[in-house]
This record gives sequence, structure tokens and C-alpha cells, in this order.
Amino acid sequence: MRNYEVTIIVDPVLSGDEVKSTVEAYIDLIKQHDCEIVHKGEMGLRQLAYSIKKKHSGFYFCIEFRGESPALIDKMELSLKRDERILRFLTVSLDKFGVKFNEDRRNGLIGKAKRVKEEAPKEAPVAIKEVPKVVIPDLPEEILLEEE
Amino acid sequence: MASRDDIKFLSNPKIGQKRDKYCRFKKFGIKYIDYKDSDFLLQFINEQGKLLPRRITGNSLKYQRKVATAVKRARHLAILPFVADGLK
Repeated sequence: MRNYEVTIIVDPVLSGDEVKSTVEAYIDLIKQHDCEIVHKGEMGLRQLAYSIKKKHSGFYFCIEFRGESPALIDKMELSLKRDERILRFLTVSLDKFGVKFNEDRRNGLIGKAKRVKEEAPKEAPVAIKEVPKVVIPDLPEEILLEEE
Repeated sequence: MASRDDIKFLSNPKIGQKRDKYCRFKKFGIKYIDYKDSDFLLQFINEQGKLLPRRITGNSLKYQRKVATAVKRARHLAILPFVADGLK
């Protein structure tokens, strides 16, 4: 059994439903290959650090899955590459620490504890990072206009 | 002539001292570095977005390699910039 994590940046020009269906298509592909979805993370609309395909923002999704199908990775990466709705993607195989880290973070163990521990010796503890929650169905209209 | 005790305070006695560096990953038992956490990775790059050397961050070689990989992954995903000016 191997653990993988694929992070996808989806085009922000798409409507909320289109973004969802894009991601669901890849989740179905993973499921078809007898892989188990461990977690489906949504990081929401984020500003890109540099422009990709003339876009300055993108919807980040992170899918963690477990399985034994090397053919899946090839197939998935090929279709991600051909997909015009995808700005960027990255597939990473997770080691045991990575799996544990993701699990702990989902349970809320990491984030607070880690930050307080690390920041304490340096300066005042920095406010805990909040993952910007963007509800996909209400895509702000100005973004749509800007990108077109 | 100034006595020995006066001379002692003419220069800052703390100047020559070095602060002990340590590897924060070893010290706090962090085993995995998340490439999606831009705030955390910002501690290991300079204003231009370049990786800081080990002699400044104090990371052990094992974790410096992991930091480097995480930063490179974050750059690919546009979480961190490849080139920047005044990042901090």
C-alpha cells in the first residue's frame, strides 16, 4: 500500500459547479483504480505567487489517497496535463510521517501546537494561520470579469 | 591610567558571543514538512525567495534537505514565488 497526495490548481474562470465536477472526475478516476480516498481537502481560492497561463488566482484542491496502482498515477497525470481547466498539479508520495502529519492536522493536533512550539523561542506567537474558506458556489463576480 | 575594571566595560562584552544554533526539527520532533504551508516555509527563505543556508537557520542536514524539497514543491504550486523582491 502506498499513500499519495495530489494537489491541483483549477482555473478560477470556471463556475463553482464546473470546478467541482472537474475535481470529482479525478476522484472517480482514482476510485475506479481500486484506490481509497483518504481525504479530500479544499484550500479554496488562493492568490498565486506568480501568474500561470495569465491567471493570478486559482482553486486549490488536495486529494489524499491510498492504493497500489502505478498505472493510475501515469494515467491521472496524463489527463491532468491534457486538461485545460487545470493550471498546475503535483503528485507526491507520502512517507509514514506525511501520513501521520495529515491525519493529525485533520484532527486539529497540528497547527496550534506546532506553531506555538516553534514561534515561542523566537518572537511573540504569530496568529494561527486560518485556511481561507471560499465557498465555491458563490464565485465572486469581479474575479470572473477580471480573468476574462 | 584606567584600571582593569574600567576597561572591561569599554566594549560590549556580548559582541563576541555566539548564540547557540539548533535544529528546530530535531528539537521539537517535527518529522514532516508540509509544502502547502507557506507561512512556515517563509522562515527558511530570504527576501528574494532564496533558500537560507544551514549556517543561518541551524537546520541539520537531513532536515535542510527536506526544507529544500518542500520549498521547491511550494514554488511549483505557486505557493511561494521563484523570484521576489521584498518578500518579508
